[in-house]
Amino acid sequence: MARQTRTTGQALGHGLLWLWTVAALVFLVAPILVIVPLSFNAGAFLSFPMPGLSLRWYAELWQTDVWWRSLVNSLIVGTGATLIAVVLGTAAAVGLAMARFPGKDALMAVLISPLIVPLVIVAAGSYFFFIPLGLTGSLLGLALVHAALGAPFVLITVGATLVGFDRNLVRAGASLGAAPLEVFLRVTMPLIAPGMISGGLFAFITSFDELVVAMFLTGPGQRTLPRQMFDGIRENMSPTILAVATILIVISILLLTTVELLRRRSLRLRGIRE
Amino acid sequence: MSVNLFRLAALAGCVAMATAAQARDLTVVSWGGAYQDAQREIYFQPFTAATGIALTEDSWNGGIGALRAKAEGPASWDVIQVESDELVLGCEEGTIVPLDWEALGGEDQFLPAAVHECGVGAIVWATVLAYDGDKYPDNAPSSWADFFDTETYPGPRALRSGARQALEFALMGDGVPPDQIYDVLATDEGIERAFAKLDSIRDSLIFWEAGAQPPQLLASGEVVMTSAYNGRITAANQDEGRNFQIAWDAGFVYQIDSWVVLGNSDKPDEAMQLIAYMSDPENQKLLPPFIPYGPTHKDAAAKVDPAVLPNVPTAPENIDHGLFFDRDFWVDRVEDLNARFNAWAAQ
Amino acid sequence: MPLLAFLLAFMVLPIGGMLRLAISNGELGSAMPATTEALRAWDGQGVPPEAVVAGFAAELRAAREARALGPVAQRLNNAHPGDRSLVQGAARRLPDEPDGDWRATLAGIDEAWGEPRIWRSLQAASAPWTDLYLLQALDLERDADGDIASVRDDRAIYRSILGRTFLISLVVTLACLAIGYPLAYKLASLPPRIANPLTILVLLPFWTSLLVRSAAWIVVLQREGPINEALLALGIVDEPVQLVFNRIGVYIAMTHVLLPFMVLPLLSVMRSIPPSHMRAALSLGATPLEAFVRVYLPQTRAGIGAGCLLVFILAIGYYITPALVGGAADQMISYFVAFFTIQTVNWGMAAALGSILLAATLVLYLIYARLVGIDRLRLG
Repeated sequence: MARQTRTTGQALGHGLLWLWTVAALVFLVAPILVIVPLSFNAGAFLSFPMPGLSLRWYAELWQTDVWWRSLVNSLIVGTGATLIAVVLGTAAAVGLAMARFPGKDALMAVLISPLIVPLVIVAAGSYFFFIPLGLTGSLLGLALVHAALGAPFVLITVGATLVGFDRNLVRAGASLGAAPLEVFLRVTMPLIAPGMISGGLFAFITSFDELVVAMFLTGPGQRTLPRQMFDGIRENMSPTILAVATILIVISILLLTTVELLRRRSLRLRGIRE
Repeated sequence: MSVNLFRLAALAGCVAMATAAQARDLTVVSWGGAYQDAQREIYFQPFTAATGIALTEDSWNGGIGALRAKAEGPASWDVIQVESDELVLGCEEGTIVPLDWEALGGEDQFLPAAVHECGVGAIVWATVLAYDGDKYPDNAPSSWADFFDTETYPGPRALRSGARQALEFALMGDGVPPDQIYDVLATDEGIERAFAKLDSIRDSLIFWEAGAQPPQLLASGEVVMTSAYNGRITAANQDEGRNFQIAWDAGFVYQIDSWVVLGNSDKPDEAMQLIAYMSDPENQKLLPPFIPYGPTHKDAAAKVDPAVLPNVPTAPENIDHGLFFDRDFWVDRVEDLNARFNAWAAQ
Repeated sequence: MPLLAFLLAFMVLPIGGMLRLAISNGELGSAMPATTEALRAWDGQGVPPEAVVAGFAAELRAAREARALGPVAQRLNNAHPGDRSLVQGAARRLPDEPDGDWRATLAGIDEAWGEPRIWRSLQAASAPWTDLYLLQALDLERDADGDIASVRDDRAIYRSILGRTFLISLVVTLACLAIGYPLAYKLASLPPRIANPLTILVLLPFWTSLLVRSAAWIVVLQREGPINEALLALGIVDEPVQLVFNRIGVYIAMTHVLLPFMVLPLLSVMRSIPPSHMRAALSLGATPLEAFVRVYLPQTRAGIGAGCLLVFILAIGYYITPALVGGAADQMISYFVAFFTIQTVNWGMAAALGSILLAATLVLYLIYARLVGIDRLRLG
């Protein structure tokens, strides 16, 4: 009898747990599933049921100059920030992996801190700092701050690919007469390349999606995509915004897939099984 | 070694981006949404076509603080459309600079209220009570008392964020006749009374900042009624086939916005050229059919298409219900009362 | 270490500069150096001597002509609203020659110049540093005698904003834990074949633009949006419920944004717990609940700590999400830092609020680094 109740209770518990899990997953994904169909709405209203399907909002987007310009600005800043972040983050990760010294953890904590410090602090700080330098109202200033925000991602991902890195390979390269740069390019690079690329992707998407610093540092000539979207959401929540949103979702799915594939490849290269 | 190489590469990238970011066009700043769309059509694009001067646009939602922030940073805004209290405050403290009135054809060409050392009137506009006519087939709200009556008209409502116009509307809702509003507001009790009235519907209030928001809030059913810039309501009806209504009889606050040049502009001549272009009566008269705001040039008033008149604040049947924004009152009190309003709204 | 140098230049230095702004008091000193010197030496009684006032009048005119008066007027106005127009008005109406003496001339322009209050404000602005902004950020001020006192009730907002910031962060953290723990538990117990795709579902919103998600929640939660339509159709409510542009909207949207930061650390801890532990407890006669509470839960404590701290740290700095889906009474500290920087030029106040936010974040980060270890910090 007692056994019987326990099983019923257990079944009930399992059922509830499943229900909760599904509900939580729906909660995570639902808003995205709602806006993708609405972006193909033939009508101008943001509600269901939709009167019909159409690409008119994408067509409108295609023809609107401001969206294009902000996209170009975002791409410039994102690319610049990513390059700087990858170079600096990789150098730091390689340096940290090769060296052992006291205070390494503390140094790591400082290097990672841009991920944790509230964006508004970074934004206000760099705003006050850049005004006398004339770096406000320029894409350069924004790219520099975005690079600082993105570098920790590269540090982490490249650091992860260096776990289990055999330092004898470097010594072997050097003993065979290769210059340090050549060793780096021909031995170290291929092994950490997946980490560099996925770190770079993280850095890029961080910059591409960053709004707070952009609000402080850019002028009317440097509107980025998130700024344009922010104004759009506040002032005119049209299906055009949802069309932009849908395109961004597709981009992030592609990036996410790339990162996952790279991670698996890196593990395979280093002979680590999941 | 490798580090130096990286540095070089990074530096090259920086230089490339810096040069890409150097050029700055003449920048004109207005109030966004349907209004700025209309201005682009009749002022900005034709101006560029006629003069070859490229324009960059920005939009803002008012506030002398925002002007000061721009004036103290590096040059980024040149020509701005400001409200009248911002005009006076900015001119006094040098945030904005005196205009070349000769380039505009002289002061006597404009409405007297549109003339100031540092600014020339751009439009006559009003903040009105608006609602969606489709939601109220009968018993539509018709007074500011109705706005504050959440029993008869349940549901959220919206006001512009900030003390300007909100205090006037609160007193209208509390039964103060329009011609006594500023007398009452001149006293501390009057201020308390206005805030108490706002506080009575605090839980039903949403605040908007951009002029494009009120039609949006009405369209999405987010609010049942709202204060709004009159032109945006008509534009939403014209462009999107809405049936939004303006309760002109409820009373409204009308005022004059002005074009000004920011103190740190490094393109004052081009800025003046743009302002002169936008003040030309032949160009001013084109605006009302797009969005019904009144012109400020005396010659433009007569040329406006009569069909749009009922939607203009200064139309004979509307103007009797209007309260002219008391610039002097707000010049003295706007910062103080905005601070209090923000503290109240943030609680 | 080029990265360290770069971060120093574009992260640490600007933030340090901001902290300095919170106590910086240099406006008067750079626009009116002689007056600043004289006021520092003044005893603070009554109105300063004629020589000091005459020097002030001369520098006032010079500052106006050099267009350097703005920061001084702003500084005085920050401490005492209304002083901007007092100073600007005096500068505008200042005659070339005094009418009698300068003290009488200024008092003739505005009687406030004949009273000690404004001169004490000027004296306070002449000190090298000020505690004005940090006090104001805690709803405190110095009264006429220089003692610390609470500000007027209708101006006292910052304590409640600080409290609100922590409350919202706490509610969001708990909501993330309540939703995330069972989710992570289930995902950890499923075979990888099913769990991996589901984990991707957790990651997907994580890498979707913050703005996209905020826009989505506005659409979903608005009065005529799908949630309200469903509630109405099911007869649960007869009036649309206000779900967005208020606190509910902020809780929902922020929980959604931060949930992955809770699930991922929990998942990594739970995956390392061998299922045999639970089976052993059950075979020893424990009820499933007992086994869970006494065997499983304690082993996940590290994951709970890591997830909660991370979510809380990130939540207190939020700005964009509350700005889009919240109302005026739901804005957190970050909003006011931005407000004082962009909407008004009260940089001292922005910096003071920013310093408080930064201090809270760093303390929590240190706790995190201690308890969890920063090498566990993985945001993807």
